[in-house]
Amino acid sequence: MTMLDRLETLYQQASAELAQIASSEALADWERRVIGRKGEVTLLLRQTGQLPPEERAAFGKRANEIKALLSEAFARREEEIREQELARSMEEGQVDVTLPGRKVARGRLHPATQTLREVYAIWAEMGFQVYRSRDVETDEVNFGLLNMPPYHPARDMWDTFYTTEPGVILRTHTSPGQIHAMREYGENGTKPIRVILPGMCYRYEQITARSEVQFHQVEGLAIGRGIRMTDLKGTLTEFARRMYGAERRLRFRASHFPFTEPSAEVDVDCILCGGAGCNVCKYSGWLEIAGCGMVHPVVLRNGGYDPTVWSGFAFGMGPERITMLKHGIRDIRYFWGNDLRFLNQF
Amino acid sequence: MLIPISWLKDYVDIPADMPVELLAERLTLAGLEVGKINYIGVPQNHVPGVTVPPSDHLVWDRQKIVLGKIVEVKSHPNADRLVIAVVDYGGAALEECVTGAPNLFQYKDTGPLATPLWSPFAMEGAELWDGHSDEPKRMILKGRPLRGIYNKAMVCSEKELGLSDDHEGIMLLEEELVAGHAPGTPLQDVLGDVVLDIELTPNLARAWSVVGVAREIAALLDLELRLPPTEVLMSGPPIAGRVGITITNPELNPRFTLTLIEGVTIRPSPQWMQLRLRKAGMRPINNIVDITNYVMLETGQPLHAFDWDIIQRRAAESGANIPTIITRLPEPGESLTLLDGSVHQLDAHNLLVADTAGALSLAGIMGGLESEVQPDSRNILLEAANWNFINIRRTMQSRKITSEAGQRFSRGVHPAQAEVGLRRATELMRVLGGGTVASGIVDNYPLRPEPVVVDLPVSEVRRITGMDFTATEIAAILRRLQFGVEEHADGLRVTVPDHRLDIGTGVIGQADLIEEITRIYGYDRIPDTVMDDLLPPQRGNVALQREEWARDLLVGAGLNEVINYRLTTPEREALLTPPGAASSLPAVGYVTLANPISQDKTVMRHTLLAGLLEVAARNLRHTDRLRLFEIGSIYLPVSGQALPAEPRRLGLLLAGPRDVASWDLPAREGLHDFFDLKGVVETLLEGLHVRRVAFAPTTHGTFFPGRTAELTVNGRSAGVLGEAHPKVLRAFDLPEGLPVMLAELDLDAILDYADEMHVVQPVPTQPAVYQDLALVVNREVPAAEVEAVIRAAGGELLEDVRLFDVYTGDPIPVGQKSLAYALTFRAPDRTLTEGPVNKLRQKIVKAAQQKLGAKLRE
Repeated sequence: MTMLDRLETLYQQASAELAQIASSEALADWERRVIGRKGEVTLLLRQTGQLPPEERAAFGKRANEIKALLSEAFARREEEIREQELARSMEEGQVDVTLPGRKVARGRLHPATQTLREVYAIWAEMGFQVYRSRDVETDEVNFGLLNMPPYHPARDMWDTFYTTEPGVILRTHTSPGQIHAMREYGENGTKPIRVILPGMCYRYEQITARSEVQFHQVEGLAIGRGIRMTDLKGTLTEFARRMYGAERRLRFRASHFPFTEPSAEVDVDCILCGGAGCNVCKYSGWLEIAGCGMVHPVVLRNGGYDPTVWSGFAFGMGPERITMLKHGIRDIRYFWGNDLRFLNQF
Repeated sequence: MLIPISWLKDYVDIPADMPVELLAERLTLAGLEVGKINYIGVPQNHVPGVTVPPSDHLVWDRQKIVLGKIVEVKSHPNADRLVIAVVDYGGAALEECVTGAPNLFQYKDTGPLATPLWSPFAMEGAELWDGHSDEPKRMILKGRPLRGIYNKAMVCSEKELGLSDDHEGIMLLEEELVAGHAPGTPLQDVLGDVVLDIELTPNLARAWSVVGVAREIAALLDLELRLPPTEVLMSGPPIAGRVGITITNPELNPRFTLTLIEGVTIRPSPQWMQLRLRKAGMRPINNIVDITNYVMLETGQPLHAFDWDIIQRRAAESGANIPTIITRLPEPGESLTLLDGSVHQLDAHNLLVADTAGALSLAGIMGGLESEVQPDSRNILLEAANWNFINIRRTMQSRKITSEAGQRFSRGVHPAQAEVGLRRATELMRVLGGGTVASGIVDNYPLRPEPVVVDLPVSEVRRITGMDFTATEIAAILRRLQFGVEEHADGLRVTVPDHRLDIGTGVIGQADLIEEITRIYGYDRIPDTVMDDLLPPQRGNVALQREEWARDLLVGAGLNEVINYRLTTPEREALLTPPGAASSLPAVGYVTLANPISQDKTVMRHTLLAGLLEVAARNLRHTDRLRLFEIGSIYLPVSGQALPAEPRRLGLLLAGPRDVASWDLPAREGLHDFFDLKGVVETLLEGLHVRRVAFAPTTHGTFFPGRTAELTVNGRSAGVLGEAHPKVLRAFDLPEGLPVMLAELDLDAILDYADEMHVVQPVPTQPAVYQDLALVVNREVPAAEVEAVIRAAGGELLEDVRLFDVYTGDPIPVGQKSLAYALTFRAPDRTLTEGPVNKLRQKIVKAAQQKLGAKLRE
């Protein structure tokens, strides 16, 4: 058999073999044996020099042709096999997408913190910054400077924890922060102020589903030369709509706080029943969300401001109550109970 | 405060077409919060836009429950214990009702009654409460034979109507109650009523009465207010000269008035008064006591009735000429027995009403037992006085007693009201008690309040409210509240009426009046505006921002935030120190509550650790994996200061499996250990860009010896982290054998070095050379030291050192360990080659040999 015949035979056999190959392993083996660097076609090509000079050109040409044809066939086959294998692996690799995903062990902020941040953010956009003050406070700042001298009847509105240190109590509200903020930021009653005062407050109360000995409050205070009651209404309405939904209706009810005058309670129409009456709003159609009022002249004066020139408004709200209203929580004891089955729902 | 609408109508003509629900809403919006509306027999109205709780009260059917007139009571032919009431109910014929009511038996077979008896009458089909049921149960009246007589109607008891629990007999109505009503009048129109339950804020003391509420309604609805009559028929001899009043301290007792009513008969009050007292929540006793209560409820002025004969006897026995009432502070050691039987050792500020024989009553709060009106009293000395509200309040607090009178006085009653109440009550006692009133009033009024006058510029009202009120509008509103108003060119001169003490003077009085103006005008009519005032300087709160930054980092590290009570007990915190060990907690006293509300909350905490362990113990009952943090203050008294320091702490707690399980990957074996905790702390510090951080072994009573580190930041101690001591875990009821990682860090010491402006390194453009290096050192050599030596020797080209293996055991000699590091070398400006890196590596090995006695592990 001539070398050319061998070449043609090899071509026929290799082509036939290639058509039968079904796996990428076998294909790689074929490539190595036939067209690889030490493959049969290559080896034959190297033997061109043993031919008579006149045959060399034709053989070389044909050998290169065949090598090119086989390489093309190989590439085609390779692509086919890749497709087949991909199809097979896709066939075999299907998963039950209804199986649960793997849990990511994420951490969470306490719901009270989450609500506080929401509150901070809304007020920050209206130019109110956070000012914090102490939990253990003097009677004088908690009550006296807020227009409640000793034995004032309004003190009954707050059930107070007293400490064994005379004149020192646990703050019953964040309102003492008003005095601190005015004295620190007011520059002797010459500068306007907009702050919110978050913090933990304490009341001498039995712990029940509705009352706690410890709770957050966020107080707000705006002092300026032209702060009006209409501003109080507008500003709190803006807050409530951001917090509880743009469609909310608000109601301002006359009330009393010794450190504001006029004073009001702010209600929104019930988030659950929309005002029709349900057991969350106690069938009133309204939910109380804040107390507020125009800063009392005595408080302005105690903060260093001349009440005939300066005016202001203040308000207070409870982040836990906000959270409860928004999430339908019926028991305030969940907050400091720290049961992960509660916390993990946020 | 319970206010019957029927009583209000004595003083203000509430429009007939105004539903009570709407009235309640108006009062609520004006600051008199109507907490509940109690209906008596009448239906609830449904007013558009006003939501009220549904009421399950019994509505008296207007056709079937009516006023009946019993014209005769006959015996029942077949039963001794039943009678037949013959009732005119306005129908064509009389109706015969069989009843067992004992209060009809006296009229049995006495023939047609000369004075008919009036009673509620119910017909077949009427809905009533079941009088025989112990539980509240409704029933529909059905016709049925009773011992042979068919009966289809009934005369009703109070219980059947829902008026009280009384089912002893049928309800008989006194003439005064039915005056003007014919038989057959719907009972709703006779006895039906609505009672408002109003909650008053402390500033509304003046509204704590029927007249007070009527005044508010008159102002809100712009109606005329009538006041209780003050005329008294005084036909007895003059009171002057028969009794004296000595006030020793006018500050505490600005006014004291007395009248004398002689020859009264103590008996039950008339039914109309009893019904009103009951609707207002008071129990009728007898006419004299009831009148003092009735007038207090009506006018807001508390009164006290003395038995005049006892007062006279005491005067005679103590050798006094005439009885003299003396108001004074107690003698040292003086005590008094009050009419509730309680005995009080009096405090120096407890003002007394006394006479020459001694104390009679605790002024303004409660009468004494001895001089109380008795069932056989004949002559009444009636007191209406005024007391300093602060002193009344102090006395109620120190004596731990309260009373209707004391509550009213403690919120402030105007002294002018004493005479109003006295006159009203005296005349009622004359009429209802049948006595004679001695002529005149003894009135000792040493401290008459100055009239309060406030100048109110219109501009001031506009400045505060932001609304363009006119002088005329303001004047009209204030007049509706009975203020005297004079209009001047530059504003109003307002005189405060003599029923209120809540209006100050000057700028405070102006604010007080502005509140009244806006309240009556209606807050709902005040528009909303956006603040156009100057925006104040904006100040960030770095401390808070950094705190929230730390929270975000910890949440990112997979920790759950908890918030604990800041109140605890010293005993619970003491559990953090095992018996015999030295405590490592702050060695200062506690901020201690003087009035703790429960045994488990007596002091402000010194540490977050106890709270975290308690949370862990509770959660481990249902959860196996805990990664918790808390940020909050602790409270440390500072000597020489009233107020404690309140430094911020960060507490961490890790326990249970490191990883969460999923359906094909069971939770891996690994439980949280020290290095998980340290990793969290490092992640936090790295995230905050806090540099110059060091961890060093330390000891702490709460922690496992040898698995505890102290964190220092810039050389300043910043807290402790480690594994909790097994004895501490046992003390907190945590499961045996489960290691718990704990840390308490000084948040201020960390956050002071947080760096929002840290400088960013450029992303490298040159390739790095990576090499591994294992060093064998003695086991005691801290890894941190090895790393420090490597870094120092490696210099600037050594970019990173990462420990990837710690190995002990064969072939490493006993007492030594192998530390394997992955080193990254890189030059910022050129491609490093093996040559210089190998030199550096040799330098590192040599340094480790010299400084740590390390050997290269081949």
